[in-house]
Amino acid sequence: MSTATTTKDPGELELEAPRAEDLASLLVAAERPPRPSAWSASLTFGWRAMLKIKHVPEQLFDVTAFPIMMVLMYTYLFGGAIAGSVDAYIQFLLPGILTMSVVMITMYTGVAVNNDISKGVFDRFRTLPIWRPAPMVGYLLGDVVRYLIASVVMLAVGLIIGYRPDGGPVGIVLGIAVLMVFSFAFSWIWTMFGLLLRTEKSVMGVSMMVIFPMTFLSNVFVDPRTMPGWLQAFVNNSPVTHVSTAVRELMAGNWPAADIAWSLGWSAVLVVVFGTVTMRLYNRK
Amino acid sequence: MTDLAIETTGLVKVFGDNRAVDGVDLRVPAGTVYGVLGPNGAGKTTTVRMLATLLRPDGGEARVFGKDVRKDADAVRSRVSLTGQYASVDEDLTGTENLVLLARLLGHAKPAARDRAAQLLEAFGLREAAGKQVKNYSGGMRRRIDIAASILNTPDLLFLDEPTTGLDPRSRNQVWDIVRAVVSQGTTVLLTTQYLDEADHLASRIAVIDHGKVIAEGTKGELKASVGSGAVHLRLRDADQRPAAERVLAEALGAEVLLDADPVALTARVNGQGTERGAAEQAAHALAELARSGITVDNFALGQPSLDEVFLALTDKKGQAA
Repeated sequence: MSTATTTKDPGELELEAPRAEDLASLLVAAERPPRPSAWSASLTFGWRAMLKIKHVPEQLFDVTAFPIMMVLMYTYLFGGAIAGSVDAYIQFLLPGILTMSVVMITMYTGVAVNNDISKGVFDRFRTLPIWRPAPMVGYLLGDVVRYLIASVVMLAVGLIIGYRPDGGPVGIVLGIAVLMVFSFAFSWIWTMFGLLLRTEKSVMGVSMMVIFPMTFLSNVFVDPRTMPGWLQAFVNNSPVTHVSTAVRELMAGNWPAADIAWSLGWSAVLVVVFGTVTMRLYNRK
Repeated sequence: MTDLAIETTGLVKVFGDNRAVDGVDLRVPAGTVYGVLGPNGAGKTTTVRMLATLLRPDGGEARVFGKDVRKDADAVRSRVSLTGQYASVDEDLTGTENLVLLARLLGHAKPAARDRAAQLLEAFGLREAAGKQVKNYSGGMRRRIDIAASILNTPDLLFLDEPTTGLDPRSRNQVWDIVRAVVSQGTTVLLTTQYLDEADHLASRIAVIDHGKVIAEGTKGELKASVGSGAVHLRLRDADQRPAAERVLAEALGAEVLLDADPVALTARVNGQGTERGAAEQAAHALAELARSGITVDNFALGQPSLDEVFLALTDKKGQAA
């Protein structure tokens, strides 16, 4: 057995020689622990997402500054024209803009996935004997935390500038819960694009193409009854409309059973369709 | 029969109209370092990626410890680890966080994962770098954290894909020490490299791959013997004596003598095969003949044929056949 007898350069203290003997003793085949459950593996990947936020806190910019900007901009831009006053409009707008912003933020998932693949750490994950979707579910669990931060920030801003939800804390929590479920499901579209497209830029480009019509062509800003019939047909059936209605009504203290059902139904469809495609791509990549 | 860690027959992977791997047959005995040698683009990495279940083969069969890499991928994954050409750890996380993360994913409880990570960082000389993000690591440190990540659970088979590409000689030697330590504990290592001396130092058997095909396979000795000769390199004191030295050498060795660009240097092939005497004895005989002729030799070296020569000879043959 050869031993490393390298001399240290000054100024490169951290690079000590590896210790072959120590290493050999560590390698003596130990009992392997049982493989982690699907949930535990997914949570571990979620923990990784949290660590990344800890190391690169700038990435929280899109869930803090961006939502604040959205609330303030649209409230004061459209408030007077659409509802007569800012105060009246914010009661209508806030749940909608909350839905729109969080759905928009979901697209960073695709960028993160794409980034990881190009870095080689994905190869490591894919050779681990774990539940296959765990890395993807982990991303999304981490992202749900980001969505929560964005929601809290926007509600705080809304409350400061005059939003007064009749549903109280329970209504708010229920509204956010529906939004989180939908955003988690919607994010599977981006994991798919993240795996499908070659560069981060193309992921961003495609995301914009999908997200702008999806969010603007909804009832977030105005009542669809003011729109031409063909547009109403689209808007009234858009999942974003159902989610934003569900959030708006729940926060207002009502129980919009149909919209909740539509929101959860769309969520299930999104997970089944895009989750399946994502996992096919993941296994083939 | 010895156990095989890897067995492939006619393995094929096609990218578009490029047959990256074109019918590779490998038999890797368990418990050894097996070198896969070839230039860039020869199909080494593609082969490894298929064996590590990262790519699906387009044809042929591949078994790892008897398990089919397509049908039984999960069973294969539980016994192998891969250290890829690019650091396969998360650059945003610290060394400790990376190892704890992977240990958790391998099923260790949190305290056990922390212990294992700390022990490995210590053994790899990374203790002081443990709390730093991997993106601040030097090339040598990245390689180590990467290999450490691969042996969190001692794997039965470790793939090392060009583990020393881009490393300085000192870091390279340290990686070699690590590989030797890993193998001494019974892990099989499949090492791909484009450096012939790396395969020479570490591997017990070597497959030479070019254009997606295995063009030669055997022990180091067998590969060298297939080229058949070593060489004596001589430097004379006086350039005027070179023609005389050339004559003497040609006679004593019965082989071709090459005149180097340097006017005092010459090289002669020594063919140890088919004669009673070995290469060293032949060379000694040639030296004695030179001394008797009054030729002063300043410097003398008897070289084994290097794997470089083996490799060039093999790829040349193939080039001519094609």
